[in-house]
Amino acid sequence: MSLAYLLRRLGTLLLVLFGVSLVTFAIIPLLPGSPARVTLGVQATPAAVATLERQMGLDRPLPVQYVSWIGGILTRGDFGTSLISRQPIRGEVTRRLPATITLALVALAIGLAIAIPAGYVSALKPGSARDLGVSVMSQLGVSVPDFWMGILLILLFSETLGWLPSSGYRPLSDGFVPWGRHVLLPAATVGIISGSIMARFVRSALLEVLGQDYVRTAHAKGLPRRIVLRKHVMRNAAISIVTIVGLQMATLLSAVVVVEIIFAWPGLGQLALTATLQRDYPALQAAVLLAAVTFTVVNLLTDLSYTFLDPRVSYT
Amino acid sequence: MAIQTARPTGVSRPGLELLRKALRHGLVLAGGGVVLFLGCLAAFGQALAPYDPLAMDFTARFAPPSLAHPFGTDDFGRDLLSRVMYGARVSVQVAFIAVGISASAGVTLGVTAGYLGGWVDELIMRVMDVIFAFPAVLLAITVMAILGRGVENAMIAIAIVYAPIFARVTRGAVISVRDREFVTAARALGQTHTRIMWAHVLPNALGPIIVQTSLSLAFAILAEAALSFFGLGTQPPDPSWGRMLAEGRGFLGQAPWMGIFPGLAIMVSVLGFNLLGDGLRDVLDPRWRGRR
Repeated sequence: MSLAYLLRRLGTLLLVLFGVSLVTFAIIPLLPGSPARVTLGVQATPAAVATLERQMGLDRPLPVQYVSWIGGILTRGDFGTSLISRQPIRGEVTRRLPATITLALVALAIGLAIAIPAGYVSALKPGSARDLGVSVMSQLGVSVPDFWMGILLILLFSETLGWLPSSGYRPLSDGFVPWGRHVLLPAATVGIISGSIMARFVRSALLEVLGQDYVRTAHAKGLPRRIVLRKHVMRNAAISIVTIVGLQMATLLSAVVVVEIIFAWPGLGQLALTATLQRDYPALQAAVLLAAVTFTVVNLLTDLSYTFLDPRVSYT
Repeated sequence: MAIQTARPTGVSRPGLELLRKALRHGLVLAGGGVVLFLGCLAAFGQALAPYDPLAMDFTARFAPPSLAHPFGTDDFGRDLLSRVMYGARVSVQVAFIAVGISASAGVTLGVTAGYLGGWVDELIMRVMDVIFAFPAVLLAITVMAILGRGVENAMIAIAIVYAPIFARVTRGAVISVRDREFVTAARALGQTHTRIMWAHVLPNALGPIIVQTSLSLAFAILAEAALSFFGLGTQPPDPSWGRMLAEGRGFLGQAPWMGIFPGLAIMVSVLGFNLLGDGLRDVLDPRWRGRR
């Protein structure tokens, strides 16, 4: 990977992140009603609201407010104070970000555990009943609403069988079993859906490699099928599979936001919805900003990972 | 002087040929059938529903599915089948209006960016990148926070979220046709950029946009249901599939049908638009043929 390409990508990333910060900052000026009014309540006098607005710095010009807001985040990790709990938001988001990332990672693991074997068995015998089964599963996966899938899993595993809790969160420090019991249903909700979608792409990636000349050569020179599949097919399909995972991260992170809300999982998605419903705008800003930054960085890492996986790919 | 061009007889026009091909395609037929059924439900659901979707009957609370109430009843004794039928109208209406706004904005931006190129392209696409940087649901929730709750604002939120996809798809399609001979010829004839963009480039780039429209309608139904599920979209007592699922969530142990049928309705509708979109892609976009 050339240094020029890396610098260009980083430049674009910074530009996009700057845009993201502007959009996120714009939430408060665009909102109906002032945050000072939300803090003091509808009974507050205009004079009291004006005083608090001055204290919060909301009477300053917008560019000055932006520099002060983004400067606080970049230098001190200061996202402001929650209008509802009156606590610094920093503590709240540092607690919630790992919860969101954990859920996304476990969901991704479940998704890959479904997609790779399903795509594999389907690609080995295109047109077979198994292949058709994977296609149907994939179509259903794209069409099932994530919140409905969550409801169905709760209905089966919590309400009917009573095996798993229907909501809540336990940190890993409480032990693996309590943590696993709580993370399983929300992660499976996201994982089953994104796994079904990814299976179709894994199938296409494998089919493309299976049709290559070097695979035919490997078969022709008498290599056992198992070795051909492992050493030639799977390894060469890996890059496409990483691309699929990268593209799927958008859907996955969006689904995580939804699922957090259904399972009362204390992550950024739940914070964003609660903040919206309670009109806690600084908290909404923090949740949205962090989610967008995580998302953008994941996208860049996916792009850059190609060159590490496949030395034949070079960017100039 | 008007120049008349004779159309050879016996040769089918490309549009008709594509339509014939689409009508023979299994996915288009299956998806189109579901979409047609959904359209009829949206248009006539209220008239055909066996009960008033808002009528409460406290003697029939949590009635399980039966001949009288095929989908059962909810916590207010309202007939779920009637509510699901009525909910189709909300879903279809929101999806079509939101995708209409989204496509209009996205296609305009995409055609402009793809055709003009240069700094205009760079500026438009970087702004689209910024919108893309937000997880879709989170962006929709944020827009709803700014605009306020309600079904009209949900349409605007969904339109904003999906406009960049239309812009990207259109830009890609426009770039692939902007240097073709007929565009160069139009330029040589002195036509304005606006005329070339809308009369020559866009009609030749419509295939991917039509496919994206169908897929976006599926996304829009899901997004409306999600926003209503969170209490931000359709407001009670109006029946919307997402809202009904949210209401049913509290009674899963007591009345599981409340959490099953509205979800099934969403899934089947989304499946219909997805199948239609996939089928149209096969028919309209040669690069996709045979990929499945």
